[in-house]
Amino acid sequence: MIKIKKNKLLIDQHDKNGFWGKFGGNFIPETLKKPVEDLAILFEKLRKDKKFIRERDYYFKNWVGSPTPFVKLENLTAHLGGAQIWAKVVSEANGGAHKIYNATVHSLIAKRAGKKYIVGDTGAGYAGKMLSMAAKKFGLKCKIFMGAKDIKRQKPNCDAMRKNGAEIVPVYTGSQTLVDAVSECMRYWVSNCLTTSMCVGSTVGPNIFVKICGWSTSQISRELILQIKEEFGEIPKKLKLINCVGGGSSSFGFWNEFMHYNKKQIEFIGVEAGGPKKSKRHAAPLTYGSKIGILHGAAQYVNQNTDGQIEETESISAGLDYPGVSPLHCFLKDVKRARYTAATDEEALKAYQLVTKYENLNPSLEPSHAFAEAIKIAPKLSKDTIIIVNSCGDAQKDRDILRKRLGK
Amino acid sequence: MTISPISLAFEKSKKERRPALLTYTVAGDNTKKKSLEILNSISNYADICEIGFPHNTPIADGGQIQTASYRAIKNGIKMRDVFQIVKEFKKNKNAKPVILMGYYNMICQYGQNKFLKKCKQVGVNGLIVVDLPWPDNINFAKKCRKNSISFVQLLSPTTSKARMKKIISNSHDMLYYISMLSTTGEKLKVSPRNILKNYVKIKKIIKNRKKNLVIGFGITSKNISSFKSSDGCVVGSEICKKISKSIKNRQNPVTNVSNMVKSLKSKIA
Ligand SMILES: Cc1ncc(COP(=O)(O)O)c(C=O)c1O
Repeated sequence: MIKIKKNKLLIDQHDKNGFWGKFGGNFIPETLKKPVEDLAILFEKLRKDKKFIRERDYYFKNWVGSPTPFVKLENLTAHLGGAQIWAKVVSEANGGAHKIYNATVHSLIAKRAGKKYIVGDTGAGYAGKMLSMAAKKFGLKCKIFMGAKDIKRQKPNCDAMRKNGAEIVPVYTGSQTLVDAVSECMRYWVSNCLTTSMCVGSTVGPNIFVKICGWSTSQISRELILQIKEEFGEIPKKLKLINCVGGGSSSFGFWNEFMHYNKKQIEFIGVEAGGPKKSKRHAAPLTYGSKIGILHGAAQYVNQNTDGQIEETESISAGLDYPGVSPLHCFLKDVKRARYTAATDEEALKAYQLVTKYENLNPSLEPSHAFAEAIKIAPKLSKDTIIIVNSCGDAQKDRDILRKRLGK
Repeated sequence: MTISPISLAFEKSKKERRPALLTYTVAGDNTKKKSLEILNSISNYADICEIGFPHNTPIADGGQIQTASYRAIKNGIKMRDVFQIVKEFKKNKNAKPVILMGYYNMICQYGQNKFLKKCKQVGVNGLIVVDLPWPDNINFAKKCRKNSISFVQLLSPTTSKARMKKIISNSHDMLYYISMLSTTGEKLKVSPRNILKNYVKIKKIIKNRKKNLVIGFGITSKNISSFKSSDGCVVGSEICKKISKSIKNRQNPVTNVSNMVKSLKSKIA
C-alpha cells in the first residue's frame, strides 16, 4: 500500500520515472524529452535559490496581493444553521483567480531560461488571462490556446487577454474545450520548444508541470494556515476544506500545507463538475470511477471509452470541463486522504444564488460547485465544525451564462 | 535467428540503391473498406506500410493526420477494426511489412500483452508508440522483441548524444529520425542538407549496419528526392491530405493516393 510520506512535500513524492504511485509520468514525444528535462533541472535549481524565492515572494505580495482575505460567511452560516462556513477569497488575487500563482512562477522561470515567448492553455480563460498579465509584466510575448466553445462562453476573460497583448489561438478540434486547448498547446510547444516556454494551466501534464503548478498554488494554504491560527488561536479540531476540482491546481494549493494533519481533524473535499443533471456526460473522473488512462502526458483517472478514446465532457463551468484530473488528486483519492464528489450544473447555479443572496461575494461557476457541497453538508454538522471553501474565482467572467440561466 | 520482414524490406531497397519508401495512412480513413483498398494499391510501390490507429487526443500530430484520425473515429473505427484491416491486408500476396503507429493509451486499454498477441496474430511487424519514449519503453520494447515485433525507437534533433547512445543500444532493426522540431505535417523548416548532416552523425553513432534509420516529418513529393542517401523516407501527412482532398472533390482516394505513392517512388528510385 502506498502512503503519503510525512517528511516530504507531496509534489516530491514521485519515483524516478515521475510517478506518484500509478499516476503521472512523462508520456511525451521524444522531441519534448529534452525541454522537459531542462525545465525540471532549472526548477529544482531555482526552488533552492534564495534570490528566486525572494523574487517570487515579492511579486506574490506586491503584485498578486498576498494574503488574500479569509472571512466568515456569517449570514450563510446563520441561514444554514450548522457548521460555520468560511471562505478563503482567492478571487481577490490580482486578475481574479488562483491561476495567477502558476502564471507568475512560469513567467519568472521563463525569464531565467532566457525565453522570449510563453504559451499556455486555458478553459475558463483565467489561466490565459493570468499568463497574459504575467507575460506583460515580465516582458514575454504570449500566445494562449483556447477552445472555440470556451472563447464564446468566457468572453470577458478573452477581452482581458487581448488587452494584455496576448494572441488567442482558437482551437476547433474535438469538443473545442480545455482538453483540445491543452493538446494544441503541447503540439505548438513540440514545434517551438527551443524559443518558447510552455505553461500548463493546472496540475496536469508531464510530471514537471504538475510539480511547478502545485508548488505555485501552495501559496494559498501557506497564507491560510497562518490566518486560521490567528483567527482561532490553533488549528480547529474539526475542519473541512472544500474546493472545486478541474485539473486540481486550486484544490491542491489549498490543501498542501495541511497534508500531514490527520484526516479526521482536517478533511479534504474535492468537488468535480457533475455536468447537467439530465446529461450522462460529466467532468468528474474521480467521483464516477473512471479508469486509469493517459492524457496529456500523464497517467490519471480519465473519462474514456473502452478503446481508450478520451470522452467528451459537459459542464456549465469551462474551468472544470476537463476529462482528466491531476495525478496528485488520483493519488490522494487512492490513499484516501481526500474525498471527491460532484455537483451538477443546477446545484452549482443554486449555490451561486444562495451565496450571492446572503453574502457580499461573487464566486464564479467553478467555486460555486464547492459551495454546493458546503451548503449540502453544513446543516448536518455541529457548530464547532469549520468549513472553509476556496472561493478561487470571480463570476465576472460568467456574467453571460448567469444572465442566461438565472436572468441576472 | 530469422531475419525480420522489416529488415528484408530495407535489404531489398539497398540492393536497388535507393531508400525504402514508408507510407503512413490512418486505419479506417476514410472507411474501413477504403483504407484497406488504399493499402492494397500502395503496396505496389511502398516498401513498408505504417498504419496509424487513430486517437482523439494526439499530442504530436499536426492538422492533416488529426483530420484523418477524426474522420476514421467518426466512422466508428475501433481497435478491433484496425486489427481486422491489417489481417485482411496481409492476406494480399503483395502486402508489405506493417508498422502500427499510435498513442500508448490505446495499447494500455487493450492490454499490453493482449495487444501484442493480437499484433502477432494478424501479422504486424513493427510498432511506433509516439508518447512512450525511452526509458519508459524498455519493458514494452522487450515484450515486442519476444513477440518478434520490431519496436521502433524515435530520435529527435533535441535528443542529446548521450541519450541517443542509450536509445540506440535499446533499439531493434529500425530507428526513426524526426527531421525537425515539429508535429507531423508541417513544412520542412530545416534544409535537407542540414537534416542529412544530423542524419550522418547519427548513422555514425549507430555503427551497426543492420540497424536502419529512416527520416520522417515534413517529407513530401517536393523534397523526397533530397533524401536519397538515407535508409528510408516516411511520407504521411501528404498522403492523408490527398485523401482529404479526394473526398472533398468527390474523387476516388484509392486511385489518387496510389498515383501519389507511385510518383514518390519514382522520385527516389
Ligand atoms: C476560477 C477557477 N476555479 C477552478 C478552476 C479549475 O482548475 P483547477 O482545478 O486547476 O483549480 C479554474 C480553471 O480554469 C478556474 O478558472
